[in-house]
Amino acid sequence: MTVLDPAPATPDTLLSVRDVAVHFPITKGLIRDRVVGQVKAVDGVSLDVRRGSTYGLVGESGCGKSTLGRAILRLLRPTRGQVWFDGTDIATLGGEELRRSRSRMQMIFQDPMSSLDPRQSVAAALSEPLRAHGVDPGAGGLSGRVKELLHQVGLPASAASRFPHEFSGGQRQRIGIARAVALRPELVVADEPVSALDVSVQAQVVNLLEELQDSLGLTYVVIAHDLAVVRHMSDVVGVMYLGGMVEEADSDTLYADPMHPYTLALMSAIPVPDPVVEATRERILLTGDLPSPADPPIGCRFSTRCPYVQPERCTTERPTLREVAPGHQVACHYTEEIKAGTITRVV
Amino acid sequence: MSAFEPTVTGSTAAHTSSPVSTATGDEGRRGSVDGSPLLQVRGLSVRFTRRGRAPVVAVDSVSFQVPAGRSVGLVGESGSGKSVTSLAIMGLLPRRGVEVGGSVTFDGDELLGMGEDRRRSLRGAEMAMVFQDPMSSLNPVVPIGVQVTEVLRRHRDMSRAGARDEAVDLLTRVGIPEGQRRLKDYPHQLSGGMRQRALIAIALACNPRLLVADEPTTALDVTIQAQILDLLRGLVAETGTALVLITHDLGVVAGMCDEVHVMYGGRLVESADRLDLFARPQHPYTTGLLASVPRLDTPRGIPLRPIPGSPTLTRAWTTGCAFEPRCTRSQANCLGDAPPMETVAGHGVRCLHPVTDDQRAAAVGQELP
Repeated sequence: MTVLDPAPATPDTLLSVRDVAVHFPITKGLIRDRVVGQVKAVDGVSLDVRRGSTYGLVGESGCGKSTLGRAILRLLRPTRGQVWFDGTDIATLGGEELRRSRSRMQMIFQDPMSSLDPRQSVAAALSEPLRAHGVDPGAGGLSGRVKELLHQVGLPASAASRFPHEFSGGQRQRIGIARAVALRPELVVADEPVSALDVSVQAQVVNLLEELQDSLGLTYVVIAHDLAVVRHMSDVVGVMYLGGMVEEADSDTLYADPMHPYTLALMSAIPVPDPVVEATRERILLTGDLPSPADPPIGCRFSTRCPYVQPERCTTERPTLREVAPGHQVACHYTEEIKAGTITRVV
Repeated sequence: MSAFEPTVTGSTAAHTSSPVSTATGDEGRRGSVDGSPLLQVRGLSVRFTRRGRAPVVAVDSVSFQVPAGRSVGLVGESGSGKSVTSLAIMGLLPRRGVEVGGSVTFDGDELLGMGEDRRRSLRGAEMAMVFQDPMSSLNPVVPIGVQVTEVLRRHRDMSRAGARDEAVDLLTRVGIPEGQRRLKDYPHQLSGGMRQRALIAIALACNPRLLVADEPTTALDVTIQAQILDLLRGLVAETGTALVLITHDLGVVAGMCDEVHVMYGGRLVESADRLDLFARPQHPYTTGLLASVPRLDTPRGIPLRPIPGSPTLTRAWTTGCAFEPRCTRSQANCLGDAPPMETVAGHGVRCLHPVTDDQRAAAVGQELP
């Protein structure tokens, strides 16, 4: 096992993930399961999230971003590594201690229709976390707190007695957000918070999340496949590919100066609603599909699809994140050469 | 052979303006008899009737045309009627409980009211469709090969062996390697992108003159989306197939379509040439959509200006403008009669108070009045 960095001493850092891996066993057999392999959904990821900031995790389906989000909240137990939350390693926590820490971190899910109980009224859904954690709802009692929450997310007080199916998608997501902030958490992990919503409604929810961050002092980890949304919301962005982090930088730097070949391809693939830009910009089309995380490529995981792949090193040695500029980390052996143009696209 | 196999390309967005004259060998079949557009939709309306309840008007007086070799985008959110429009064109709506009005002509032939036998011989052969979710539109218990060759045997009377060879060719053309081996695969053995390619291969099997693609990339990752769009783009340029692309993503349309129609509440609210629409959007809904999506190519920190309300908050067109409840520019005369589609220099807008050029210039970076 590699030597881990100690938990960062700065009180500024709320969340610190160190070399976290989540492996799911592949089993076979009728009576006694034999483990025949491992799906390495997340394989050695480290990141730090500053208090009050937003960390964006982007990547395509299957890259492990949602699994990492769940591991951060300890909805999944990491196979390896540490998750330091405000000085406590919650990866090893259990029982009552873990249960108590849960009120400090909450999750917003992608599809509020399936994360809300269809037979539970909004008031019941919002007061349940308060009851479960025995939180004092304040002077107005439970119903007062529910009203206050609804007001915070821009819903009328009359919503309390209604049921999820009576709301539109955007309103349901607001209920999901109200439930997540009900316990006044410090950390909120939002997994694809807007991707299930209509385009015209997405911006409402994005703006609401930003308002709540300001008024409640929240720290966000936003997981999304839409780079434009992530860029808009995040201070620091990490790009994941096949279970590993390939690039991390502050939002402006990443989008102004992407360095990893995968980030370059991902950005060039996003359609821009402007035909003039669309007609002139350079496109990097990746060939093929994501390899199986049960049998990832040896060496660099992106080597099977990388347009800049070099013989030898790329297919034998797995690159680790290294700092190429202050605050800008890239996991590529040849990032400087690609940037300088001494390595050109092979395909 | 596969000239539009996905590879690394510089700017493939250059759109060919010579739609008909591509060397496909059967140019006569490509264009229309008298130069009229290949597909003409006039005043199309679709009403779903339910016993004991008021009918639901899903599509209302929709008119547009698609010349051979051109691609036309229909943009709208959920409930805008874009998918129902495509199903009506393809004749795939159920017969019971649905009233379809207006006219849809394909190469001069009226499709609405056409006998089901003739329709069926057109569908799959002359006009084909690609659906959003390839997992639910492919048969899960039938190998891909059978599903591709089925079309060839049905419409092109091919032998079993001939169809199999052609199917391998088709799969190669849409970028599925090892076609011979893939023929035996079931849909669940393919990735999402591969399934969508297989679906496109089925749609292309008979070299159709019209391809209707309903959200063909919505279920896919962006890098795979880029591959599929590149494939479709190549197709239109190479074979002169006319394309109707239905999507909610203005970005996809910006890079793909020659003409764009924006739908809201079952009607077209803005229709224009692609460049014109994005340079001079006039309907408050179109400008609202453009202002509410974050873009990668603009500076960060520009606040998003969402359209208030949700698409479910729609007024019936019979009582005024359907967008009025969500519109920031609405005035008293927006209620009453539905605003007509006013077309100036090929740019149509259904709004009494469209955004003018001066207002657009003044509103850069700030709230629209």
